Amino acid sequence: MIAAAAVVAQVVDFDWIGRHLDDVRNYTLEHLLLTGLAVGIGFVVAFPIALLVQRYPRLYGPVLGLAGVLFTIPSLALFVGIIPFTGIGIATPLTPLVVYTLLILVRNTVEGLRSVPSDVVEAAEAMGYSRRRRLLRVELPLATPVIIAGLRIATVSTIGLVTITVLIGWGGVGRFFLDGFARRFATPLLLGIALSVLLSLVADAGLLALQRLATPWARGRR
Amino acid sequence: MITFDHVTKRFDDGTVGVDDLTLDVPEGEVVVLVGPSGCGKTTTMRMVNRMIQPTGGTLTVDGQDVMTVSPPQLRRRIGYVIQQVGLFPHRTIADNIATVPELVGWDKARTRERVKTLMATVGLPDSVANRYPHQLSGGQRQRVGVARALAVDPPIMLMDEPFGAVDPIVRALLQDEFLRLQSEVRKTIVFVTHDIDEAIRMGDRIAILSQGGKLEQYDDPERLLADPANEFVADFLGAERGLKRLALIPVSEVSAEPGPVVFPDDDRAHAAEVARSYGTDWVVVVDEQRRLRGWVSLHELDGRIADANLRQFALSVESTDSLRAALNAMVTSRTGVAVRLSEGGLYEGIITQELVSKEIR
Amino acid sequence: MSVLQGIVAWFADPAHWSGADGVPMRLGEHIAYCLLATVLATAIALPLGLILGHTGRGGSLAINVSNAGRAIPTFGIVILAFLVAGSGLLPITVALVLLAIPPILTNTYVAVRGIDHELRDAAEGMGMYGSQVLRQLEVPLAMPLIMAGIRTSAVQVVATATLAAFVSLGGLGRYIFDGLGQQVYAEVAAGAILVAVLALTVEYLLSKLQTAMTARGLRSGQRDDPMAPKTTATPA
Repeated sequence: MIAAAAVVAQVVDFDWIGRHLDDVRNYTLEHLLLTGLAVGIGFVVAFPIALLVQRYPRLYGPVLGLAGVLFTIPSLALFVGIIPFTGIGIATPLTPLVVYTLLILVRNTVEGLRSVPSDVVEAAEAMGYSRRRRLLRVELPLATPVIIAGLRIATVSTIGLVTITVLIGWGGVGRFFLDGFARRFATPLLLGIALSVLLSLVADAGLLALQRLATPWARGRR
Repeated sequence: MITFDHVTKRFDDGTVGVDDLTLDVPEGEVVVLVGPSGCGKTTTMRMVNRMIQPTGGTLTVDGQDVMTVSPPQLRRRIGYVIQQVGLFPHRTIADNIATVPELVGWDKARTRERVKTLMATVGLPDSVANRYPHQLSGGQRQRVGVARALAVDPPIMLMDEPFGAVDPIVRALLQDEFLRLQSEVRKTIVFVTHDIDEAIRMGDRIAILSQGGKLEQYDDPERLLADPANEFVADFLGAERGLKRLALIPVSEVSAEPGPVVFPDDDRAHAAEVARSYGTDWVVVVDEQRRLRGWVSLHELDGRIADANLRQFALSVESTDSLRAALNAMVTSRTGVAVRLSEGGLYEGIITQELVSKEIR
Repeated sequence: MSVLQGIVAWFADPAHWSGADGVPMRLGEHIAYCLLATVLATAIALPLGLILGHTGRGGSLAINVSNAGRAIPTFGIVILAFLVAGSGLLPITVALVLLAIPPILTNTYVAVRGIDHELRDAAEGMGMYGSQVLRQLEVPLAMPLIMAGIRTSAVQVVATATLAAFVSLGGLGRYIFDGLGQQVYAEVAAGAILVAVLALTVEYLLSKLQTAMTARGLRSGQRDDPMAPKTTATPA
């Protein structure tokens, strides 16, 4: 640990970081904006799709299959491939980011709903719950952990992907990467990596806390 | 064949699984370890092939201390059957049975021959040889498990609730087949179950264990039922201990009474006299060859027996049936007795409740 | 000329199909980078995952490495490797291998650990040595998930190898970065399409290989679908 700290102190120019705190703030805000929009829009779109798949199980195979294929397409290819159609506005980084979160969220929400034990669903049905009420009061609460797990994966993945959008003129803290590369200067590069990892960890921990808050019955189990 | 000499198993967390157990499993017998959950019966069994290491005492198999043999070498000489069977899902039935022969290096032809023989022995059709485990029924999978354990003809078998995962009808069938098989192969078997009825049915001897692996009693089933060593054993055997014991005693153990017997040609007066001498108000009717015709109540008898409306005994017993079966015949007949017939169906006498209770008292 | 026509024209131009900057050459380079990285990552992660899974030790390491892998920005790592090791094959290979290890390691560990307890019990009870349990039971049963992990890694590597061009190497990324530099969007789009097609092809071929390497007894019936990976891939 001490050796690592010594290396960091040698390599990292802390004065430079001190002089660029404005960039740190602006890039981080841009990163949060892109991530928040992508995950937010992704969730709003994914949720009804997932409910539809749950309602009509025949859609499960085709929807998840299509999601798998789209997921395979490299992000850089998608980012640069849509430039002619979306120009250089925020739609260019946002569209692929939304697509990826969508894929992760649809899959996890569907799996979450499917993971609700059938005896519980049957019991709710037998007690006279309507389909709608059963969904709101039984299935969704029980699916919450898996749904939030999907949100966590989507959020952390998106934070990583945002750094790649630096190649199309955006990038959040990824902007530091390009700076470091252009000047063969390790400090901004390491700063960018550190900020990106930090954002991921904080977002993940926040969502985990949300999950524990939302599912009090699962606490203390195991 | 297998000897536990003050064997103890203390787990890493300090709990005692088996406490100072001394027990001898004689060659060619089925010893059933039975007790409530947590009594250490499975732990005891698993120490024999060192799936669990004993921490005290000496455990010998065939005169050899198990701690001096490498576990894999030891285990290849001991058949092992578990409740979940543990068939390899990626191997065909034939390959599953061939697992141990392959481990010990049998050649292909010998292995193939052995697999064929074993499948027949445990009652599996040839057609399943190339199927995979998930294509078989639960009962069939259990048979494969037994065949696999028998593959290299080990003198010793360890069986942990081998019939626990199948439905009661299949279980009874498998138990019967197991007993038939055992009468042929005469293996030394340690059999674990939590079901006292299964223990009584399968065991030549039964070891009853209580919490923490304490041996409460070790006896043959009849002695166990007749004379429980303490309250724990009596409780575990249950309130129907008498009935369970009757199931173990054959009808031939009691001498049947001749009973109030008349012939078709006899008249009512004779029948009344015979009945009175037995203190009954009915008589058994047999023909000249002593074939059972039925019985008749004195109240329904007017003239000749031959003209009377005879009633049938719904159930009868033979000498090899159990006293429990006899008791069942008694309670289902209005006469309150069981008739005993010879193998050829000839009348041999009656068995009364007094005779039965005298036997188990 | 519309965007689409531009792309079609780019692919139709024979000059783009030969020479050092031709599609066959770039495709070959791209595949070579990916093959090298995936093979190296498998050679490291597979034995490690098998050992951890077989002994049951280091579980949290094997699980967390894949979560941590998701949080690390690949692009930053590629540039970092370049700054540290200079241009050439080494930095990009190191970055790609680091990227490819987590899914293989985690899947292998999870697959071996996930084997039913009673199967291992039966195998040991019949007198198998540890190495025999591993070879005859654990590896065949874990194979579908292991292959799923390799598939996930390979597809991510194909995507990320595009960045090799950014640090002055070849591969299909060349078209994307050269096109971006010269503002030739047809070339950018052509590069993007080629990478996407390669990724989908690799995904398809490896899923076929996965099926072929799944023992017959596992392919249908009561067991879970072996094609369904238990860990989630990361978009790359």
